[in-house]
Formats: sequence, C-alpha cells, structure tokens
Amino acid sequence: METFKKLKQYYWPYKRYFFLSLFSLFFVVLTTVAYPIVMQITVDDIIREENYGLVPVLSLVFIGIMIVKSISTFFHQYMGDYFGISTVFNLRDSLYKKLQSLSFHYYDNAKTGDLMSRLTADVELFRFFLSFGFSELVRITLLVLGSLSVMFYYSVPLALVTMASMPFLIVVVRKFDQRVHPAFRKIRKSFGRLNTRVQENVSGMNTVKSLSREDFEIDRFADKGDNYRQHYLNTATIWSKYFPLMEFIGNICVVSLLGFGGYLVMTGAIDVGVIVAYFTLIWYLVGPLMNFGFVINNFSQSKAAGERLLEILESEDEIKNASEPVNPQGVKGHVTFNDVTLTYVENDDQALKNISFDAPPGKTIGLIGATGSGKTSITQLITRFYEPEQGELLLDGRPIEDYSLKEMRKHIGFVLQEPFLFSTSIKDNIAYGNPEASMDDIIDAAKRAQAHDFIMAMPDGYDTLLGERGMGLSGGQKQRISIARAILINPKVLVLDDATSAVDMETEFKIQKALKEVMKGRTTFIIAHRISSLKHSDEILVLEDGAIVERGLHEQLLNNGGPYQRIYDIQYQDKEAILGENKQHA
Amino acid sequence: MAETLKAKSPHLKRFRYTQDIPVDKPFNWQQLVRLLKYVKPYAKTALPIAIIAMLVSTAVRLIVPVIIGNYVVDQVLPTGDTNLLLSFAVGILALYLLSYVGNAVRIKYVNILGQNVIYDLRHHLFSHVQRLSNRFFDNRSAGSIIVRIMNDINSLQELFTNGIINLLMDSIMLISIVIILLVVSPKLALAIMVVIPIMFYISTKLRKNIRRSWQQVRIQQSRVNSHLNESIQGVRITQSFSQEDNNTEYFHGVNDDTFQSWRIATKKSAMFRPFVEMSNAIGSVILIAYGSYLIIYDPQVTLGNFVTFTFFIGMFWEPISRLGQMYNQLLMAMSASERIFEFLDEKPNVKEKDDAIEMDDIQGHIEFDKVQFSYDEDRIALHEISLEMKPGETVALVGHTGSGKSTIANLINRFYDPTQGSVKIDGTDLRDVKLDGLRQNISVVLQDTFIFSGTIMENIRFGRPDASDEEVIDAAKVVGADDFIQRLADGYETEVEERGNILSAGERQLLSFARALLADPKIIILDEATASIDTETEVKIQDALKRLLKGRTSIIIAHRLSTIRDSDNIIVLENGRILEQGNHNELMNHQGEYYGLVKSQFQMLDQL
Repeated sequence: METFKKLKQYYWPYKRYFFLSLFSLFFVVLTTVAYPIVMQITVDDIIREENYGLVPVLSLVFIGIMIVKSISTFFHQYMGDYFGISTVFNLRDSLYKKLQSLSFHYYDNAKTGDLMSRLTADVELFRFFLSFGFSELVRITLLVLGSLSVMFYYSVPLALVTMASMPFLIVVVRKFDQRVHPAFRKIRKSFGRLNTRVQENVSGMNTVKSLSREDFEIDRFADKGDNYRQHYLNTATIWSKYFPLMEFIGNICVVSLLGFGGYLVMTGAIDVGVIVAYFTLIWYLVGPLMNFGFVINNFSQSKAAGERLLEILESEDEIKNASEPVNPQGVKGHVTFNDVTLTYVENDDQALKNISFDAPPGKTIGLIGATGSGKTSITQLITRFYEPEQGELLLDGRPIEDYSLKEMRKHIGFVLQEPFLFSTSIKDNIAYGNPEASMDDIIDAAKRAQAHDFIMAMPDGYDTLLGERGMGLSGGQKQRISIARAILINPKVLVLDDATSAVDMETEFKIQKALKEVMKGRTTFIIAHRISSLKHSDEILVLEDGAIVERGLHEQLLNNGGPYQRIYDIQYQDKEAILGENKQHA
Repeated sequence: MAETLKAKSPHLKRFRYTQDIPVDKPFNWQQLVRLLKYVKPYAKTALPIAIIAMLVSTAVRLIVPVIIGNYVVDQVLPTGDTNLLLSFAVGILALYLLSYVGNAVRIKYVNILGQNVIYDLRHHLFSHVQRLSNRFFDNRSAGSIIVRIMNDINSLQELFTNGIINLLMDSIMLISIVIILLVVSPKLALAIMVVIPIMFYISTKLRKNIRRSWQQVRIQQSRVNSHLNESIQGVRITQSFSQEDNNTEYFHGVNDDTFQSWRIATKKSAMFRPFVEMSNAIGSVILIAYGSYLIIYDPQVTLGNFVTFTFFIGMFWEPISRLGQMYNQLLMAMSASERIFEFLDEKPNVKEKDDAIEMDDIQGHIEFDKVQFSYDEDRIALHEISLEMKPGETVALVGHTGSGKSTIANLINRFYDPTQGSVKIDGTDLRDVKLDGLRQNISVVLQDTFIFSGTIMENIRFGRPDASDEEVIDAAKVVGADDFIQRLADGYETEVEERGNILSAGERQLLSFARALLADPKIIILDEATASIDTETEVKIQDALKRLLKGRTSIIIAHRLSTIRDSDNIIVLENGRILEQGNHNELMNHQGEYYGLVKSQFQMLDQL
C-alpha cells in the first residue's frame, strides 16, 4: 500500500470520478441481482397463478430496472476509465519533466528500452488497476454477497446444497492462477527473446550477409520460434486442464440444483420459479470467482509497476542550481580548470586527474589522446553535466556553480561525434537551441556551416523532414546540420567533440573549413584524432589515462619525443614518403 | 498509408512523427485462400480433432436446456418420482462430463493448430527475408521489417487459433438455437428473434465505430512513444541547448491530445455494454409478457418451454458477439496479411540454376569479362569492366562515392548478376554455381560491424558456427584480439551487445577480423574497414590485417592511403569505368588520377 500512498498525488486530484464510478457500481449490482428475481416472479406469480394482470406492471418495472442498469453500467465504466486516464495524463507529464532534468550520470546507467517500458507498460498496468482492477474487486464482492443473500432468502437448504462444490472451485481457481501467471510470464519472455533475435538479425543484416550466415540465422530464429511455440502450448495445456474444470464445477452446481431443487419442488418446499432464478444466480457466483485470481494478480503487478515509476520520480537531480543563481550576462568565455579531478562511479578509477589549464576568451584548446583518455570528460565538466570530485572550474573567473544552470548552458555550443538530430524539419533542427530564430538567421548559420547548398538541393529545402521516415542524410551532412545548430545559439564557448571522425576525407575537409570560420571569436575546445584538425590550437593538451602528459603548441610538441610526435609521425609518414617521391620524379 | 500527424495547436509543430495508419482493407478472398493454405498441413490432424471436440461440447450445451425444460420441468417434476429425477440428474452430469472432455480437447488442439500455423508462417517469412538483397534492406527501416515479422504475424494468431473453430461453432450454435426454439414454440421463437438483428447491428457497426476511435488513440499513443524514445536518446542534446522547458511544453500538448482521444474512445466503449443490456432486456420483456400469455392461453406452450427459452435467451449474445468480432478480426487480418504477402512476393535478385555446381574448394581467381551493370534502367553503374585478380593478390579499389567500388564487390558476392558480360571465379561463371557454396568462400569485413548480444566467444564464432573454443581463441590470437579480451572481466565469456559500451571501435574491428579469419574464406572484401579508428589503434590493426589477408585474394575498398599503398594492384574507378591501374609506385610515377587523388588529400589538410 506504501506505493499507492506515495503515488497519491497523481490520482487523488481525480477522486470524484472514482467515487462516481463506485456509486454507479452499487446500482449495477443491485439491478443485476434483480433479473433472476423478476424471472422467479414471472414463473411463480404470473404463469403458475395464471395471473396475467401482473404482466404490464412487471414488464414496466423490469424495463425500468434495465434502464437504470444500462445508465449505471455506462457511468461505472466511463468514470472508472476517466479516473485512470486522467491519472496517466498527470503521471506522464511529471515523468517527462523529470526525465528532461535528470543528469547525464543517471542516463549513463539507464537503458532506453528499460525507461521506455516503464513509461509505457508500467504506466498502463498502473492505470488498469485504477480504472478496472480495484472496482472489479468491489464488484465481485458486492455481486457475490448480493447473489448469496437472494439465494439464502429463497431457500437456505437449497443454497447450501447448490453451493456445496464452490470450495472446490476456489481451490481450482487458486491452483490455476498459481500456474498460469508464471506460464504467461514465460511466454512474454520467450516472445521478447524472439523479438530480440529478429531485431538483431535485421539490424545486423549487413554482417549476416557479409559472412553468408543466413542459414545459421534461420536456425537460430527457428530455435527461438520453437521455444515461443512450446511455451505458448504449455500455457494452453494449463488452460485446457483448468478452464473446462472450472466450468464443470459450475455445471455440478447446476446438477445439484436440479436434483435437490427438483426434490424440494416435489415436496412443495419451494416453487419452480426459484429454480429458474437459481440457474442465473449460480453463474453470478461462478463467473466472478473465476475472475478473482486475475484481479489479485493485476493488483500485485500494478504495485510493482508503481514502484518502478516511483524509482524514476524519486531519483535525485544530482546537479543542482545555486540557491541564488547568477544570470550570466555578456559572457566572455574565459574557462579555467584548477586542479580538477573527476570520478564517474565511486571507487572506480579516476576519469580525470589534477587537470589545470586556462582558456582565455577566443582561444582554441586542442585535446588529443586515445579513446577513454578523458578528452570528452573535460568538455562535459565545462557545461556541468557532471560535478568534479575536487578542484575548481571557473567561467569568467567565477565558479560555474554560481550560475543559473540553463542560462549558462545557453552560452556553450556542442557538436558531438555522433550528431543526434530530431524528427522534425531541417529548419527546426537547426533552430533547436533557439526556436525564436528568424529564417535569415537559420540560413546564415547553415551557410557558415557549409550546409546551405546541400539543404537547398533537397526537394523540400529547409522544410525537409528528418527522422526514421524522413530524408536519409549522410554522416557528413548530419554533422554540418549539428554545427549550424551550435552556431545559431551564438555561443561564447564551442565544443567540437571528435566532430569529423566518421566522415571521409573530402567531407572532413569541408567541415574543417566550416569550423575554422565559426571558431572565430569563440573559446573553442577541439577533440580530434587527426593532427591536422588541431595543429593551429593555442594550446594542445595530450591526455593519457585522465592526466595531461604533454602540453604546448604544435611546433613545440612536434619534436618533444612524446606521444604527440609519435602520432604525428604515423599520420605524416605517407605525406613525407609520397611527396618526397613526388619531388624526385617532378 | 503514411500520414504526418498535424498537431492542433501551433506550438505542437516542434517535432513531427510519421505513423502507419492502419486502414481496413476490403475483404479479399484470394488473400484469405492464400492464408488458409498454411492450415493445410494440419487439415488431417489438429483441425479435425478440434472440430469434433467442439461439436461434442456444443451439442451438450444445446441439449441440456431442452432436457431441463421439456422433460424435467414438464414431465418429471409433476410426477413426484424422485428416482426418475435422480436418473435425469445423473444423465445430465454425464453429459456435462462429456462436454468437459470436449472443451479440454478443443482448447488444446486449437492452440496446437494456431501455434503451428503461426510458426510456419513466421518461419517462411523470416527465411524468405534472409534471401533478399541488400537493396531491399537499404530501402526500408529496420523497424518496418521487424514489425512485419513480429507484430503483423502475431495479429493473425487469434484468427488461426480460435477464429476458424469459433466461426464454425458460433454459426452452428446460432442456427441450432433458432431451430430448437422454432420447434419448441414457433410463435414465441419468432417474437423473440427480433433481437437477433439488433444484436448483430451492435456487434458489427457499433463495434467498428468503437474500434475506429481506439485506432485514433493508438496513433496518438505511438506519437507519444516515438517522442519519448527520441527525447531519452537526445536528452544530452536537449540539456546542452537548455531546451527542457520547450520540450516539456510540447509533450504536455501531445499528452493532452492523447488524453482527449482516449476519453472519446472510452466514452464510446462505455456505451457498448448498455446497448447489449438493453437488447437483452427487449428479449426478456418479450419472453415475460408474450411467453406467460402463451402459456396461459395456448395449451401447446408449457412452463418447461418457458424455462428452455430463459436458457437460450441468455445464449444469443455470445455467438453473435463473437461473430461480430470475427468480422472485425478478418478485416484487420486482411491488412496484416497484405503486408506479409508483399514481402513474400519480393523476389531475390539472383536465382540459382537447377543444375548449379557446388563450389567447395576454390583458388580465388577472379575475372570480370566486359561486365556491365545497372541497378535501375536509367543509371549504369559499371561500363564494360574487365579485370583480373590472381589468387592471393591484394587489390585496392579507389574512387569517389558512386564510382562503382561497392558494385564490383557486390558482383563478386553475386548479390546481383551483371546485365552484360560475366564474372568468373576459377574460370566458372558465377551464374552456374550454388550461392551458398560460393558465399562460404567469401567474407566481407565492414566498416560498421554488428555485435550480436551474447558472449565474445559467440560473437567470433559467428564466422563459423561449428568452430571449437580453441579455434575461436586461435583466431583471436592471430588478429591480436586475444590481449584485450583476456583483460575483460569474464574474458571470452564477457557478455556484449550492439549498443553496449564495453568495446571500443578498434576492438569491434578486431572482433570482426577474428570472425572473418575463422570463416577462413579464399576471398576477402574489406569495405572501408578501418575508417572510424584512431591513429594509434589503426597502426595496431594494420598488423592484424596483414595476417588476415595472407594467402587470400583480397579486395580493399578504402579512402585512407595507408591501407592502399601496399596493395599488389590499385584500380582507380570513376563513374563505373576503370581510369588506371597498377601498384602504388607505378601509379605515382604515371602522375595520373591516382597521383592527383593522393596529392589533393594532403593539400587539403595543409590548407587548414
């Protein structure tokens, strides 16, 4: 119950729909139980007494009852659903807001698939219980109580005899639930595995074809498909054992009713109409009892789902705004690191060790080193995506924690190795960081990023839609759009994280040319593998395992005998060789 | 049918998602017959068993009310004979036992039928898709292919499981009830049957209307889901550009749209049951009023008849409701099966000859004899290319995007057949050989290799599924992958996956080399294999590459000079023609296209 209490703020505002639904339910049950009574009266008081005069009154009463039943059924269901979907609306808004603000650290450990399943399947399970599960519990209780009262009212011995086999039904239902739910979970898991298999096969089709492993893939698929079929059939077997048995137990009630009820009619203890009423009443008991396990299971599932939702809603924002944040005005872009150390996960190795440097406004800092050496970590600290373990980070001489987080980030532009573009037009993608930008500004940014020409060559120009179904862009084109996006916010600090590694030489050349233009007047951090990309930097930092092992200008590092020179030698050996040969033959 | 969702309020234009909108397809007999062919293998096993079992339990359901009404109420009760009553009770119990067995057998066998048909259909589709060309995959998103293999097939599951049997059962039941009622009391039967058309109307038209409104909800939901997915993946970009508030506003809008359409759908759905209740009520009122009138004034109608009627009146709705559902289900099955058949009708690009030759052991001697090729009518990808690659030789293909490099590789693999001329390996035209045998001898190492979820061991073994652990480890050692694998927490048993970050780009590349080495092909094609790797890693990989290529005919497609310069032969391509060929030194001396290409690369870098 703790879970439901904690989530109260999301559903309690809509409590009146819930109570309206319960209120209607009361009438639904009342009118349901009335039907067998009407039948009994028809048989005993009209037909057997040959009292046809009662028919008009009874018919009218019956229609009245049915109208009340119809209306209350409608409100019971609609209000219940209303309660559930209003809660979903509220809950989703809160979840989304939370997800937008959670730190990089949170996302480092989260999987998209897992988050998505919480946002969809778990929200749905929770809703189902609110809309349906809880009131179904109430409905079952009321209907069973109501039917039993009517039965006992008619005849205590007949009720007892007819209900004699009910305990067996309860045992069978319990057994069935114990077996069928794990079986269903196995089906779902097996289906999940089959799905993963197909997904990997299709996504990795190039690799499959390149090694011509189609037959192997078909075998693996058949294996998973067979597993799914087997699990499904196992469940069907459980179903085929228990479900007819439950119905059979209900039918035993019918038979005992007929035998003992018939006997009672013969002795004159009851009238035939009572038997007719009982035929209906029996199923009012059997039906809900068969459903009971399902509802209980739904309750425990929704509780677990609620817990998973709370995990998101209650996770802490690690990066907090200062209590009195300063709004940066006229940022110059002076970035300073003083002895900064960073650890991502406690007790893990340090990702950055005692990093210090000073990047005055407008200067360029080059970062080079192997994958995992800490280049990206440095740039992510500048924007406060992570907090350093120790040391000091200054922007324009002021600790960055003093600034308003969002305002500060608006002055820093990012271009990442794998440019992420959203499902919208090219225009809106460029304007992502500045939705108010004019069309002229957007075109200007695109031109400076060398993107304007290829955008104009597309059938819909700037209105071309991107995304899964949208125009396919090459890696270089995406990268140039992401550069335009970064320029459009006119940042004072620009971070280029390996922006050109996944493109061919010619495209790289184009992008580099674009970058050179946009770096003017901004403090720029360039992360690159190729010496040519960062050799003009005002300071080059060579990183190894989170520490700066070499620093200085290109010319200084070139003959330093360190890792920089080693990388240079590899990258330029061809040039020496080729251009050397070339001179000989010229 | 795809349509762009347009949001109502202007600020909702921030993101735009396109969605498949499910439309009802008109009923198509041919398609249904084609679907039913998948039932044929079970036409003599599971299907008849299920039908017989169904007939048994349906018969019991129909007989018992008649026995209770016409015999027990009318004939046994008035006699006061308790023994007779007991024997009737025992008789009915026996019938119920029979129905219990019938139900159990039916449930079991309809599932056997359904699951087998679904398995066969999915297997057929999956195997077929495996054989389709790269083009097929290039033109479609992975998601849309997966949806057909998984969801579209699944949506036929219910049809093949309960659908066929229920259609039969419900028709029999409905017709039998009508006949029984007509026999028991024609007048009362005719009066009560007015509810049947009303019920049919509710079950089909009203339900269709409701289904439409749920489709709207699903469309809205899938937009919400698309956005959620994207917002999670792009959260770093959002935070760097401080767009959290704008996104939240957008989401609030689509969330509200969903809420509204959802509210409409639940409202319509909530009206369904009341209509059913009212139609039931009409039947009951007729029974009460007209039934009791007949019993009192018509000597032919008895109290037992009335009791029989009360049983059957409650049994109308079930079959009608299911038949209505069936109708809806069939319409949905039409659109799903149309999409499935669209894939099944897709032809593979190349066909194996009936008398194709097995290609087991080859030398790796490749010849192109005046090969011309075009992917589509108006654009020629290769113009009369003739070339030769000797066994064990390394050949580099150089040229801009679209010059024909990949096409040559595709022809060697026989993903396509040339439009003119011929491609030969060891002197045999590829059109005469068995595809599997040919491709077993060729491996392609790609720039972007796929990591399947599983252990490192399994991933390398993908190159040759029957390789032993030792062979896998040997292959890893040869390409120099053993070092980093040993350093991982669980060594070769470390679990990896495509989107995991356990492996760096260079390490992934080494794994793909190990895979290719394990496959031990005679011909190897490297397609931009080293493009995304940093310099120091590339140096390490060069060694591994040399070991991988040793003794094999190798075709290298690359931009980087360092990978090309050691080749035995360099072929420079432009617009599907060979401009020049020779080794690095020859071409540099020649000062032609290749020389220009090399020079411009360095000049470009120097200009920066």
